[in-house]
Amino acid sequence: MEIVPLGDSALIVRVRKNFDGAPDEALNAVLATRRLLENAHLPGVIELAPAYTTVGVFFDPVRVVASGAKPDEVFEWLAERIREVILNANELRADRMETSPIQIPVCYDAEFALDLDEIAQHAGLGAQEVVDLYCASEYRVHCIGFTPGFPFLGGLPSKLATPRRSTPRKEIPVGSVAIGGAQTGIYPVQSPGGWNLIGRTPLRLFDPKKDPPALLRAGDRVRFRAISRDEFERSAM
Amino acid sequence: MNATAVRAGFSTTVQDLGRTGFRQFGVSLGGALDAHALRVANLLVGNNESAAGLEVTFGGLQLRFADERLMAWSGGEFDARSGSTSLPVGHPVVIREGDEMGIERAKTGCRAWIAVSGGFDVPVVLGSRSTDLRGNFGGKEGRALRHGDELPLGKNSERTRILIDKLQRERIARWKPPHDWSSPAKREPTLRVIRGSEWNRFDNVTVQRFTGDKFTVSPDSDRMGVRFEGPRLKANELVDLISEAVGPGTIQIPPSGKPILLLGDCQTVGGYPKIAHVITVDLSIAAQLRAGDEVRFREVTLADAYQLLINREQNLEQFRRGLQPHFS
Repeated sequence: MEIVPLGDSALIVRVRKNFDGAPDEALNAVLATRRLLENAHLPGVIELAPAYTTVGVFFDPVRVVASGAKPDEVFEWLAERIREVILNANELRADRMETSPIQIPVCYDAEFALDLDEIAQHAGLGAQEVVDLYCASEYRVHCIGFTPGFPFLGGLPSKLATPRRSTPRKEIPVGSVAIGGAQTGIYPVQSPGGWNLIGRTPLRLFDPKKDPPALLRAGDRVRFRAISRDEFERSAM
Repeated sequence: MNATAVRAGFSTTVQDLGRTGFRQFGVSLGGALDAHALRVANLLVGNNESAAGLEVTFGGLQLRFADERLMAWSGGEFDARSGSTSLPVGHPVVIREGDEMGIERAKTGCRAWIAVSGGFDVPVVLGSRSTDLRGNFGGKEGRALRHGDELPLGKNSERTRILIDKLQRERIARWKPPHDWSSPAKREPTLRVIRGSEWNRFDNVTVQRFTGDKFTVSPDSDRMGVRFEGPRLKANELVDLISEAVGPGTIQIPPSGKPILLLGDCQTVGGYPKIAHVITVDLSIAAQLRAGDEVRFREVTLADAYQLLINREQNLEQFRRGLQPHFS
């Protein structure tokens, strides 16, 4: 484990060095660390931001100093507290994933699946085979970021990995499901983007009127279910 | 009672001190890009320092008030007026029922913050009144102001009423906060930075260029970040890092070699190498950068950054106490 400053009001706890070898193990360790730090209520800590192999810790240096840190040692003081919390824990136990995967209905209609042909060509498969393979796999949220509610999902069958488009689109429609390299994700709000569009979900992934505002969070398991255009239109209403 | 945006300005948004607790869902901090300037303006009108104000970009805003209010503004070098009366930066001023005020022509810097007694009382979304322009929520319907927008204001507090009464004759208070607080814009700014986690992965020449050369602010800059032209830095070969948290002040070097300084509306995670971070107290200067400005970066220690921040906070506390007699 390594703790490094991220400017003067945040730091990063690097829980694992690598991701590619054991992404699930890294994610479990990150979630366990997040849980420990959440429960520790460290002075001055405002919020935690988990991502892949790290937990970002955002804090108010003024409150850290008010809690006893010397002004020139805010980072060292907080890093020491964090190390204590993590080392004193008996084991990094991951949150139990008893719940079943979250089902995301996706319509793969040509109008939505603008890059399905490219993905199929790249994989050397037919379009329907791509959809079947995509729906057969189980995914896990490794990070939420890029835009509000955007889930970065691991677990894409390696055959379906497709390089990002050389020129990003200026506007990706809300609900677009896409493949970028070895990852897949869903665009929850209108934004530019360079991933390959494979379909669209009628589900709302981000709703600021709800708390929590995002449908998915880091650690969630996800499965995609193919739906017809009719079902899409009915659910989207 | 309301304030009406008779003219909306180039890009005016409702902002408070930002949204915390939702980074894990990809929601940016947002808020006034110079949080300190908004806090100061709020204190000047008797508001809670986290009340929502307006962030004005380049000017063009004309507001009309339906009732008597106390107003103060801070930020770049602008021309602010109410009728023929010039409204100096940092001085609380009484705005009478039916009066208008306008803010125009940024001469130095590009942003200003307007605090009005009672605060802009738009609905709280995810714990904040700040406008999130990417997520289209918060502030006034999740967007920048438009001509004719009505903005609800909270009630004048008892404290505010006292100062309004005291200022009935002169209208504009004679006192103001320290100049650097109300007017942080600089003509040839130097931003103090501390090392980022990938600093050591850049070669010596690159690091020397970064701290020695001048960089020019690109027009392609907004509330998410400031892009720089000027000397291209040699991008690190490890450009494809695993994404991790980033925040306001982070300076990334993307494959183009042109630095990007992230601001309040930046995304919550990033995968480009982080060469450095602008220290929190200098985000006030960063918030004023406009296309064509020439900027230098100077390295300081983390201890320096904390000391400067703690000092500023202590001075703000002193200022807050010093204001008390005006409101009682």
